[in-house]
Amino acid sequence: MTDQPLLAVRDLRTHFHTFSGTVKAVDGVSFEIGQGEVMGLVGESGGGKSVVGFSILGLIDSPGKIEAGEILLDGKNLVAASEAELRKVRGREISMVFQDPMTSLNPLHSVGRQMDEVLRLHTDLDAKARQAACVEMLESVGISRAAERLKAYPHQFSGGMRQRVVIAIALLARPRLIIADEPTTALDVTIQSQILKLMRAQIAEKGASMILITHDLAVVSEMADHITVLYCGKVVERGRTRDLINAPSHPYTRGLIDSIPDTVNRHDRLSQIPGTVPDIRNLPKGCNFRDRCPRAQALCAEVEPQLEPQHGTLSSACHFPLKPGEAA
Amino acid sequence: MLGYLLKRLIQMTLVLWVVSVIVFLMMSFTGDPVFMVVPIDASDAEIAQARRLLGLDDSLPVQYWKFLTSLLQGDFGRSYVFRQPAMTLILERMPATVELVLVAMALAIAVAIPLGVYAGANPQSRISRVIMAGSLLGISLPGFWIGMVLIYLFAVHWGIFPSSGRGDTVEIFGIRLSILTWDGWTHIVLPAVTLSLATMAIILRITRAGMMEVGRQDFMKFARAKGATRGDVLYKHGLKNALIPVVTIFGLQLGDLIAFATITETIFSWPGMGKLLIDSIYRADRPVIVVYLMLVALIFVVINFLVDVIYMLIDPRIRLK
Repeated sequence: MTDQPLLAVRDLRTHFHTFSGTVKAVDGVSFEIGQGEVMGLVGESGGGKSVVGFSILGLIDSPGKIEAGEILLDGKNLVAASEAELRKVRGREISMVFQDPMTSLNPLHSVGRQMDEVLRLHTDLDAKARQAACVEMLESVGISRAAERLKAYPHQFSGGMRQRVVIAIALLARPRLIIADEPTTALDVTIQSQILKLMRAQIAEKGASMILITHDLAVVSEMADHITVLYCGKVVERGRTRDLINAPSHPYTRGLIDSIPDTVNRHDRLSQIPGTVPDIRNLPKGCNFRDRCPRAQALCAEVEPQLEPQHGTLSSACHFPLKPGEAA
Repeated sequence: MLGYLLKRLIQMTLVLWVVSVIVFLMMSFTGDPVFMVVPIDASDAEIAQARRLLGLDDSLPVQYWKFLTSLLQGDFGRSYVFRQPAMTLILERMPATVELVLVAMALAIAVAIPLGVYAGANPQSRISRVIMAGSLLGISLPGFWIGMVLIYLFAVHWGIFPSSGRGDTVEIFGIRLSILTWDGWTHIVLPAVTLSLATMAIILRITRAGMMEVGRQDFMKFARAKGATRGDVLYKHGLKNALIPVVTIFGLQLGDLIAFATITETIFSWPGMGKLLIDSIYRADRPVIVVYLMLVALIFVVINFLVDVIYMLIDPRIRLK
């Protein structure tokens, strides 16, 4: 990538100062996304994925705080931006799709009004043009009789339909980056693939980039150009999707991949990563993953591994990375 | 909708009937109005005569029946004291009370909603803590004390506002109003403030609680992610979702103040219904009390109905059944 990436996150640290200690939800995360790229941000629950998304939009509320790092949109640092500047970025340059469509729409405003709000905020269109744009957008996300449906309220839509509305809202002002935070987790499996296909098509059509936040590597492997894997608020591995899925170098990524049900090579039992994510307020010395890692050795308890280039396009933070073809 | 209205109307009638029975019985058991009317040295014959004139010599059911039938014919009885129709007496004084209460409620809303929204949106800030402490005072200080303090400070000490009466009034469609004259305004300020404080405090606290609840909802964050201003997020998205309990309390308080602004009216010699009620109770002026209580019941029932309609306007998920 020769020119400047659309978004570059550099050493982002977002911490939450709670009564029971400081939670380093995001602790030194860096990545880049080019124009038109889709990046998967993967990890278990509590891994800090959503916090990355909210940090980018400046939506971290007390007791959370971005302690350090840069978030560069076209080279402009959003961490240092004022609230007024951030408002022009939100929805206009970067928009977001939330996890649960049942709660992300305001129950008391009609769908039309909620869509119109984005256009009123970010465009100079008159009422008629805004209405037309809303109808067109609603149709393009697969909602029929759109003009009528604009008057409807969220409770009159099913979950899948609501997520389509949320996606329509996110796309309305033609943002250059969409942050999708587990956009299909709350939906039925049958609806999931529909919504994913829809998002991929819409993003390709509009030339936008996307950060797809998910715990589901299967989803991300279909959608993303490259993947960043988070563990305990840190990047443990990243690289192009094919390299990372086919031959991950970090045992954590290996574990995530092995726990996807595989219809071709059926096993009797689905493998899983033993143990749980450690208490993030009280992380052990050395590698955070060592207690769950089949390859851990004495060194792992002493020195925290840093992100280093591995085979192919991969980088990972592991003292004993996997080579291609090697089992965990 | 029509079915709902009909059902509601039947309910209202039923409530009013029950109230009429209770009010009638209560009145029958408290004091004998005859002795308020006759001279202190009246003979037995004179007392019996007075009793007959007032229609008090019949049995209770017969008295109630007469009371109810005349009620249905629009005859609400005559005041024993003023010898005027009880309804006319009350309606004459009603505008003064309603005017005072509406000004007080408007004041309560104008102060309580913005402060409540602020305190709900910034629960940790120092200003919010001051607001909440102030609201606690508003709830716990008795109205009569606040009224007297206000009179002392603003009327006696500084002489900014008058301490009693309505001041100049203007008659519009036969209703005398103070709020249309400057003098009337100066008179209404102190009693309105006194009357509004408790309501203000309650509405403030409920608004705050609602806003704190709503603030945790995803759609608030989604609205911010769309780029909406803080004001829009709080008022257009947040407040509307916090409004249902506020409207409920508003309705109850409105009825309550109209019915029982008595203490404030007494302190400020405001010539409203409340003062008439107190005077009538002292004089055992039964018809006035009865009509008053019936009217209050009607006001409550109507306000509650309006509150239900407002629910529906606020929340499209609520349907009237």
